[in-house]
Amino acid sequence: MTESITVPTPQQIIEPAVAGRTETMVLNMGPHHPSTHGVLRLVLELDGEVVVNVAPDVGYLHTGIEKTMESKTYQKAVVLTDRMDYLAPLSNNLCYALAVEKLLDVEIPERAQIARVLLVELQRIASHLVWLGTHALDLAAMSVFLYAFREREQILDIFELVSGARMMTSYFRIGGLAYDLPSDFIPTVEQFLAIMPSRIDEYEDLLTTNPLWLERTVGVGVIDAQSAIALGLTGANLRATGVAYDVRKAMPYSGYETYSFEIPVGKNGDIYDRYRVRIAEMRQSVKIIQQATERLRELGPGPVVTPDRKVAPPPKREITESMEALIHHFKLWTEGFKPPRGDAYVSIESPRGILGCYVVSDGSPKPWRVHFRAPSFINLQSLAHMAKGRMVADLVALIASLDPVLGEVDR
Amino acid sequence: MDNQTVLTALREKFAGEILAVNEFRGDLSLTLTPQGYVAVARFLRDDPAFAYTFLENLCGVDYLGRTPRFEVVAHLTSMRHRHRVCLKVGCDEPEPTVPSLTPLFPTANYQEREAFDLLGIRFEGHPSLTRILLPDDWVGHPLRKDHPLGDEEVAFTFNQDRIYAHKPFVKE
Repeated sequence: MTESITVPTPQQIIEPAVAGRTETMVLNMGPHHPSTHGVLRLVLELDGEVVVNVAPDVGYLHTGIEKTMESKTYQKAVVLTDRMDYLAPLSNNLCYALAVEKLLDVEIPERAQIARVLLVELQRIASHLVWLGTHALDLAAMSVFLYAFREREQILDIFELVSGARMMTSYFRIGGLAYDLPSDFIPTVEQFLAIMPSRIDEYEDLLTTNPLWLERTVGVGVIDAQSAIALGLTGANLRATGVAYDVRKAMPYSGYETYSFEIPVGKNGDIYDRYRVRIAEMRQSVKIIQQATERLRELGPGPVVTPDRKVAPPPKREITESMEALIHHFKLWTEGFKPPRGDAYVSIESPRGILGCYVVSDGSPKPWRVHFRAPSFINLQSLAHMAKGRMVADLVALIASLDPVLGEVDR
Repeated sequence: MDNQTVLTALREKFAGEILAVNEFRGDLSLTLTPQGYVAVARFLRDDPAFAYTFLENLCGVDYLGRTPRFEVVAHLTSMRHRHRVCLKVGCDEPEPTVPSLTPLFPTANYQEREAFDLLGIRFEGHPSLTRILLPDDWVGHPLRKDHPLGDEEVAFTFNQDRIYAHKPFVKE
């Protein structure tokens, strides 16, 4: 079964064409093609307008994030994680923080756990809104883009309220949160929750039964469950094939097991099912956020970082009163903390799929190695499998439905 | 599924191939011989009692100063049993080589190419082992520990002649 699946390289398509051994045409798409959602270059082998083969050429945004992290202390490396998947910085923060916390084996206070879940679910909606807007835009539905970005802006305002930054939040730190949630956080989130379900209905009114939308998406870019797993396809793309695998349910983290929500699944594994799954996911995220705000309100104020002074600095007031607190603060900011020797792998369900983080510690204050399992990077492998035999225009819809973020692909 | 069940089954079948077993924070990791690495992965994938059909993560690590210097780490996930096992295999200089998992798991393709690109680990049996993130004419493997950080000078019009003089692509 898996033997028949191939993942071509650009060279494998270009070389026979240059040598004149093929009847097909080789066409370069990108890296500045608007429908590639970033600097993604595709090498297409075409027979007329039909795609015979396609190979993504990635690496244009490679900035050596994994290498740079090795020269930062654990705490300082958090800001680099924002820059990978720039449409879901909080998910990246969470994944890295969870991996280091697993190495350290620290307890996170309840309030921080709830805030984390709440914010990554908001992040999931924000990320899906960008996907929805650009996906519709690629298929010439302009208005959805404007509506989707209207709501996304509201979520980014919440992030600004919380962390001071709209996108590069760096709000989740190792051991908890950077600082406490602002006092008007819950009312602002509730305001957003009050409008969001009806706004999702609005998007669905525009697309779900729209004949033009159905024509471009139903039965296009189909992949079956077995090939999807073999190719490592994850997230909504995998669930659209009917596999109900979600890390939030399968291996819960940050207390997801205590929230009630469902995993939406598709049936056919085509672009339309991916669309339906993501729309349903947004509704589920709204449900989780509702539960989280209720819990936050019930819980009341409390600590948002771990009480372990070897990992997180003491509160400011303590520093002026206690010599030990001052020493802890000084040691943390000059040297950083030292996790025990060992390695830890953690994966979370990011908006794009399974985001994994593998951290190796040699007992020093800097990570020996950090590796990210970037879902966008691995999802791109299945592009050729899904695009073969389809038109070039379908390829545009297919890329949008995979929802890659090139910052994460190249890291 | 728990660590002990997997470990018992693997000890029974692959006793000679397991070099070390480690349990850290509840995660099971096995250090294997190169032959054992592929055999265990195949067994865990194909045996219906385990069904580790999903290769979640594969990456290389450079442990400079240790023997063997490089280690390839693969995380296999069983979606049915909601369990993860980590397989490790070492390889050493001058030509670090490990067998490829791509024939078993097509998803390993890009991940092995990435490890080859950034760490210079060769994967025997990989259908197209070429650079993926860096340009094809790049010299060196930047994630290696003996590769300095920030040795790449940015070329502008005023200094490009001096910088390009060291680049292989100009000589062609």
